[in-house]
Amino acid sequence: MNTGHSISDTSFVLPTAEQLWRVLILDEYNTRVVILGVMALGIVAGLVGTFLLLRKRALTADALSHATLPGITVAFMVMVAFGMQGKSMFGLMIGAFVFGCIGVLLILGIRRTTRLKDDAAIGIVLSVLFGLGLCLLRLATEIPTGNAAGLNGFIFGKASSMVASDTKVIITVAICTGIIVAALRKEFTALCFDENFGAAQGWPILRLDIVLMTLVAIVTVIALQSVGLVLAVAMLIVPAASARYWCTKIGSLLFVSALIGCLGGWLGGVVSALVPRMPTGPVIVLVCGGWFVISFIFGPVNGIVARQWRVWRLNRRVAMQHILRAMFEVSSENKLCKFESIVETRSWSQSQVTRLLSRLERNHFAKKEEKCWVLTGLGIQEATRVVRNHRLWEVYLINYADIAPNHVDRDADLIEHVLGTSMVEKLEALLGSDAVSTSPHPLGEQE
Amino acid sequence: MLSEIKHLGSEHSPFAAVSVHDLTVAYHRKPVLWDVDLDIPSGKLVAIVGPNGAGKSTLIKAVMDLVPKASGLISIYGKQFRKQRHRVAYVPQRESVDWDFPIDAIGVVTMGRYRKIGWCKPVRSQDKQLAMDALKRVGMEEYADRQISQLSGGQQQRVFLARALAQDADIYFMDEPFASVDAATERAIVQVLRDLRSTGKTVIVVHHDLQTVTDYFDHVIMLNMRVVAHGTVEEVFTNENLRKTYGGRLTLLDEAAGLLARQSSKV
Repeated sequence: MNTGHSISDTSFVLPTAEQLWRVLILDEYNTRVVILGVMALGIVAGLVGTFLLLRKRALTADALSHATLPGITVAFMVMVAFGMQGKSMFGLMIGAFVFGCIGVLLILGIRRTTRLKDDAAIGIVLSVLFGLGLCLLRLATEIPTGNAAGLNGFIFGKASSMVASDTKVIITVAICTGIIVAALRKEFTALCFDENFGAAQGWPILRLDIVLMTLVAIVTVIALQSVGLVLAVAMLIVPAASARYWCTKIGSLLFVSALIGCLGGWLGGVVSALVPRMPTGPVIVLVCGGWFVISFIFGPVNGIVARQWRVWRLNRRVAMQHILRAMFEVSSENKLCKFESIVETRSWSQSQVTRLLSRLERNHFAKKEEKCWVLTGLGIQEATRVVRNHRLWEVYLINYADIAPNHVDRDADLIEHVLGTSMVEKLEALLGSDAVSTSPHPLGEQE
Repeated sequence: MLSEIKHLGSEHSPFAAVSVHDLTVAYHRKPVLWDVDLDIPSGKLVAIVGPNGAGKSTLIKAVMDLVPKASGLISIYGKQFRKQRHRVAYVPQRESVDWDFPIDAIGVVTMGRYRKIGWCKPVRSQDKQLAMDALKRVGMEEYADRQISQLSGGQQQRVFLARALAQDADIYFMDEPFASVDAATERAIVQVLRDLRSTGKTVIVVHHDLQTVTDYFDHVIMLNMRVVAHGTVEEVFTNENLRKTYGGRLTLLDEAAGLLARQSSKV
């Protein structure tokens, strides 16, 4: 624990255990306000983001969130002009929402009326409206009344400025949005999977799309204060994208995505409460990013580790079957199954064969007797099955695919390991079960 | 209803499953379908054949209101299509959706029940049961809980077919259901088509394999931006009409003629 304050202002002080505990149990009022708010935001962003991602509209949401900046400043100017309190949160949210929707409509308009594609339309709307927003922001600070100084906090978020009423708004909006998502879950699922099918049934596809994008706009707007408009889209995309590495059904996907968003909000809020001057929004996004990296590596659905594990297991099984067949064929020629004669059967190294043999021994498939290796009863049973599959496939290739007998061995090598019971039964029915008592080609010729 | 029949013209039968009246469709002002005018009889298996770009898919999409029509009227059993949507089921091309979508086979089939379930309501257990029955009819009940990306192309096609069956419609539009499927799937689909016909349903299939037209279908619509011929397979599926439909593409014509010759020698 570092207690001494250094001279430099940028020093990093580790929080005490007590501080950590108080933050974790949300003891402090201000921390509680912020963390509950971002947790609710994380949940609802995870839910809406799942459908946004499945509808392949992630970048449209990015343009939407950037388009809220001119909305905020215009709302501020209008409210000041009418002599109201310029920074009324509700007014600013309305402005942001309206301009967000305008941004989406502009994208649709550009795509419909010009030959530009989606990416260009999104790029134009995003950058131009954001630029407009920055210019308007500069103008707004020139206004003598109203005090526009805090407005730029919406660009990168300023969670510390959140008060209890903000959190209440966020939680209320989150609950309403959650209810809408739950109610329209089946409609959104069909929309994202197959819009033509929905349209053929007379569903109002356009209106459903509008509802979805409106939900996205609402989430963006309630994310403005804590995460900021530049990073708001991350809250929508990253949890949903991470969830895809954990589950394959839409129901569990929604749950996991909301959970990751919620945990991201909580951890991010905790970290930024403990580390002085650490901005909440970016920390939340970083935590979500961390979740994504973890999911991408360790997720059971197509995660890197899971994929490698499957490949490794398949390779191991194939190698085992190869050595069983090699031993079976060597011993069926009435030769002693010596180590050297096994090595000769394929292009494998001595160490590989040693490893495989010891694995056979561990599985009670083979045992060592003086100078040679012998298959056990169990081993013979398994080897017979493997050899049989191999020969069935060879005979099939020779008889039905017109492949020369001296080529089929290697072709069968690739297939025999994946032949399921039903395939074997079909092959037997086709070829007759006694077709494979001997190899269809002389053994020991290849390699 | 009477007025609707009247404005469809006297040559259209109110008993036809589908009546297409003077349908013209254009993409970016380039016409893809000209003046299509036909009656599809009820209770038959109907093939739509024609070369690539002939507008086969466009025809069924236009009938189902999925692409804008430049002109034309569609009626289903004598009434406007919009009022009869519930009697129509659609099997889109397999490639038209992302099969990586996080849903299992039974989930896709259940979508066929969504319209009957109604807005914002959860899926009932009887709908799950009906979806399961539909999967059984295409021989896919073992795969109900399989994620759809793990199904083979033919199995995916059968799932799509099961979804249409779950809709329990009277008229089925299918866009190339036989495209690159395995033999088992082809048999399963043909069996389903025949079952549907025996219960009085009408099935309209965009088909690309001329070799099987006479085996599988009763009626044929031969299309090349316009209707070249339509009627029963015996009357219409002739050398002459094939040449007209695939005209200008000699290799295709020869191939088609060869197929036809082989087909007639088989009969």
